[in-house]
Amino acid sequence: MNAGRMLKDPIREKQIFTFRAVLAMFFILIMAAGLLTRIYYLQAVDFEHYTTLSDKNRMQLQSVVPTRGLIYDRNGVLLADNQPVFSVSIVKERSPDLEQTIAQIGSIIELTDEQVKRFRKRLSNRRKPYEAVPLKSKLSEEEIARLSVKRHILPGVEVEAELVRHYPLGESMAHMLGYVGRINIKELKRVDPVNYSGTNYIGKLGVEKFYEDVLHGKVGHQTVETNARGRVLRVLGQEPSIPGRDIKLNIDVRLQQVAIDAMAGRRGAVVAIEPSTGGILALVSTPSFDPNLFVTGIDHKSYSALRDSLDIPLFNRALKGQYPPGSTIKPIVGLAGLDTGVINRQTKMRDPGWYQLKNDERFYRDWKKYGHGVVDLFDSITQSCDTFFYDLAFKLGVDQMESYLDRFGLGSRTAVDISEDRKGLLPGRAWKRGAKGLAWYPGDSLNMGIGQGFMLATPLQLATATAVLANRGKWYRPRLAQEIYQGVSADDIIEVPTMHDGTPDDVVIKNPDDWNYILGAMKAVMHGKKGTARGSGRRAAYKMAGKTGTAQVVGIKQGEEYDAEALAERHRDHALFVGFAPYDSPKIAVAVIVENGGGGSTAAAPVARKVFDAWVLDFPEPEEAR
Amino acid sequence: MAHQEFVRQLEGGAHHFQSRRSLLFKLHIDPVLLVLLLILSSVGLFVLYSGSGESVAHVQKQAMRFVLAFVVMIVFAQLDPSVYRRWSPWLFALGLIALAAVLVVGTGAKGAQRWLQLPGLPRFQPSEFMKLAVPMMAAWYLSERYLPPRFKHVLGVLVLIFMPVVLVIKQPDLGTSLLIAASGIFVLLLAGISGKLVAGFIAVVGAAVPVMWMFVMRDYQKQRVLTLFNPEQDPLGSGWNIIQSKTAIGSGGMTGKGWLDGTQSQLDFLPESHTDFIIAVLAEEFGFIGVALLVLLYVLIVARGLYIAIKAPNSYGRMLAGSLTLTFFVYVFVNIGMVSGLLPVVGVPLPLVSYGGTSIVTLMAAFGVLMSIHTHKKMLGK
Repeated sequence: MNAGRMLKDPIREKQIFTFRAVLAMFFILIMAAGLLTRIYYLQAVDFEHYTTLSDKNRMQLQSVVPTRGLIYDRNGVLLADNQPVFSVSIVKERSPDLEQTIAQIGSIIELTDEQVKRFRKRLSNRRKPYEAVPLKSKLSEEEIARLSVKRHILPGVEVEAELVRHYPLGESMAHMLGYVGRINIKELKRVDPVNYSGTNYIGKLGVEKFYEDVLHGKVGHQTVETNARGRVLRVLGQEPSIPGRDIKLNIDVRLQQVAIDAMAGRRGAVVAIEPSTGGILALVSTPSFDPNLFVTGIDHKSYSALRDSLDIPLFNRALKGQYPPGSTIKPIVGLAGLDTGVINRQTKMRDPGWYQLKNDERFYRDWKKYGHGVVDLFDSITQSCDTFFYDLAFKLGVDQMESYLDRFGLGSRTAVDISEDRKGLLPGRAWKRGAKGLAWYPGDSLNMGIGQGFMLATPLQLATATAVLANRGKWYRPRLAQEIYQGVSADDIIEVPTMHDGTPDDVVIKNPDDWNYILGAMKAVMHGKKGTARGSGRRAAYKMAGKTGTAQVVGIKQGEEYDAEALAERHRDHALFVGFAPYDSPKIAVAVIVENGGGGSTAAAPVARKVFDAWVLDFPEPEEAR
Repeated sequence: MAHQEFVRQLEGGAHHFQSRRSLLFKLHIDPVLLVLLLILSSVGLFVLYSGSGESVAHVQKQAMRFVLAFVVMIVFAQLDPSVYRRWSPWLFALGLIALAAVLVVGTGAKGAQRWLQLPGLPRFQPSEFMKLAVPMMAAWYLSERYLPPRFKHVLGVLVLIFMPVVLVIKQPDLGTSLLIAASGIFVLLLAGISGKLVAGFIAVVGAAVPVMWMFVMRDYQKQRVLTLFNPEQDPLGSGWNIIQSKTAIGSGGMTGKGWLDGTQSQLDFLPESHTDFIIAVLAEEFGFIGVALLVLLYVLIVARGLYIAIKAPNSYGRMLAGSLTLTFFVYVFVNIGMVSGLLPVVGVPLPLVSYGGTSIVTLMAAFGVLMSIHTHKKMLGK
């Protein structure tokens, strides 16, 4: 068509094409060889490298959390076990939009603002990426089902069961067992990070805290195969965890319950100790709280209710309550008088109802307005005569009183496996100069002689001192744990913690018969005609010994809101009682305090009698079993 | 053109094959290509079963597509090459209009408009159609002219290629536009454009790249290009796919982990394991030996295609058959190259193995055209 167009040459076209096609084939072979070289390089030369990468993808090392040891009472009743609890948690890295995911979960199950707030706090405290952070725990069956149905639209959301501590007896054991709770940052710094790599809970208080190392066990590891979404498909290998050891306590839940019932809802504490071992048979502080609330995290409302209650249920009165011991220390002061020789069994005095020091106009009054008449030491213990003890205290002086009271453990912490108890206060010259900047006055000694003034003691200390009395000076440190069970393997060695090594020196007196005299007086408190607690000793099938006490309220904490009726009640004296039974072969020593209970004889002694009866008469089996 | 004669010489002996061969010839089927394609598609289904996570549904659907695609191939094989030749400009024009329409009224997913839904017609991708129409158009244009082509005709072909390529890039579909461009350029190369012209062109492009980089492109564009060529910079984002596919291939070793036992593919670490990245599944489970056999299969198909092209009776048939064959290899090279980390990731499937309908049908239609060229030979062409 075009004038200048050359004629087509089919032969040449074909030649050119054939040449180009062959050239193309040549290039194709080179390119195919190039591809194969590349593949060969990946598969043969770098095989090891990519095999490692591939294994890293699918194999994960996971911690196997050891099962926490169980806690039993002396008869094998379960006090703390582990129960499966379902909770929903979120893995932030797998969730495309965290806020939306939370909102979606909130539309499926009920979520409170507080749960979301706590979730965010936990999220910011996460230990490692890809860690599931719990949003809501203790899911009901229905909630689990609802979440499972919607699981496909909730990436990164996991419903998982974990073993969570459970306290079947709830309130009644709370102050002794304590509880576990979620580990916080501070605790994490303290523990071995490897051993706790999978652990979510740690003992926060009580036995759970003290025996944390024993109960926790040793972490195990397993290699698992997971898919790209982190789902575990199979276990490739494992090193099993070593479960925590079980602990058998000296506590008898039946006795504990008897003591709680005897307190009848009043505020106070009961501590019962087996004198022959120091084993704590009961440790009661009322009111109490449900430790199960604290395990997975207590909600704010419940916590403020507990914290702000006027009755301070979270306060462990048995270990931390520091009360003036009142007349309950008179047997020890009396023993000091006899042993030092400042008085003897014949020493008598007339009690007009008051006592006065020379050159001091102040009247030191007896609780009985017109006095006890002519009394000796025996009568003074039996009837709790203050005047006699004012005189005795004056004669003994502060240093000797301090020395004897100290030998019975007052003013110091003596328990083997309790870390939260308070020291109380055993005053002396040095203490007063240090704390108050004042010299010790003779009047201070008089107050100290009847357990008032500066002196403070915890119920645990009073029970311990009473056990030493019952043992006639023989010391056994009080202890909660009776037995820690052997671990599963031989190399599972755990350092069992103790607060103190050895035992305090036994109280040795010059004339051992003085024990009979003093303890006899305590027996007369219960069984004598004029015994202050004779009402509680009446019609008993066995003999017991005791001493009542009354402490003026200085208040462990006064109510902040003004409530006339409540305040009036809270200004009453604390009722105290210490004692042991049976008299001839003591099996139990008890200290009871009823806050604002009034007199020790009317409020505290009956509680002790019920505890004595239960232990001596109703529960003989454990004694025989041993 | 009504009268046609077959010049194919039957091999001596083996008379019992004669009837079957002549039957295939009457159907205009090339038996060598047919067998190779059947082997390839069977291998594809096997690997797909593993790559899709043992999904019978995927395999069934893919098998149905193969059946459809083979039917399309047979239909395309029946038409005389002269029909394709006569219709080339019109098909090309139709394709261009459809491509323009896609940009206006097209539908699609993931931010790309690729599909055209016309009333009374099944939904289709005009860009796939252009994979056939562009080489046809280029071959038609050049076969009408003196060969080897002069410079102005080369420019003419380049303009023809440029229009659909730009429209496809706009969709955006980088992979397909690349294949379309390649199919057109192959026609030019096979037509015999001078080596000087090719060298000059390469030199111009080579000179333009640094100039563009230094003076024209902005920082964010440069960053994009860098990521495209170095995905490891972003291991959790765009680099994830390529890292996982290299891991899958590398950990397969010489003999592989065994069918259905590839941890990368079976545990979902390998993304797109049944579509664009399926070669990684094969490499992981069958090792280097598996990959080498598959590449060999592809090379055999390409060799057969080029043989058909060389034997074609006229320039149009030669150039079209050659271009379609070479484009087929571009699929293979780009796909394996990108999955193994040699080339940037562009969406090109592994032909006849990757899951997905449109490309299978287009590819088999192209093989139908090849068979048509091979089996409709006139005495005149010889």
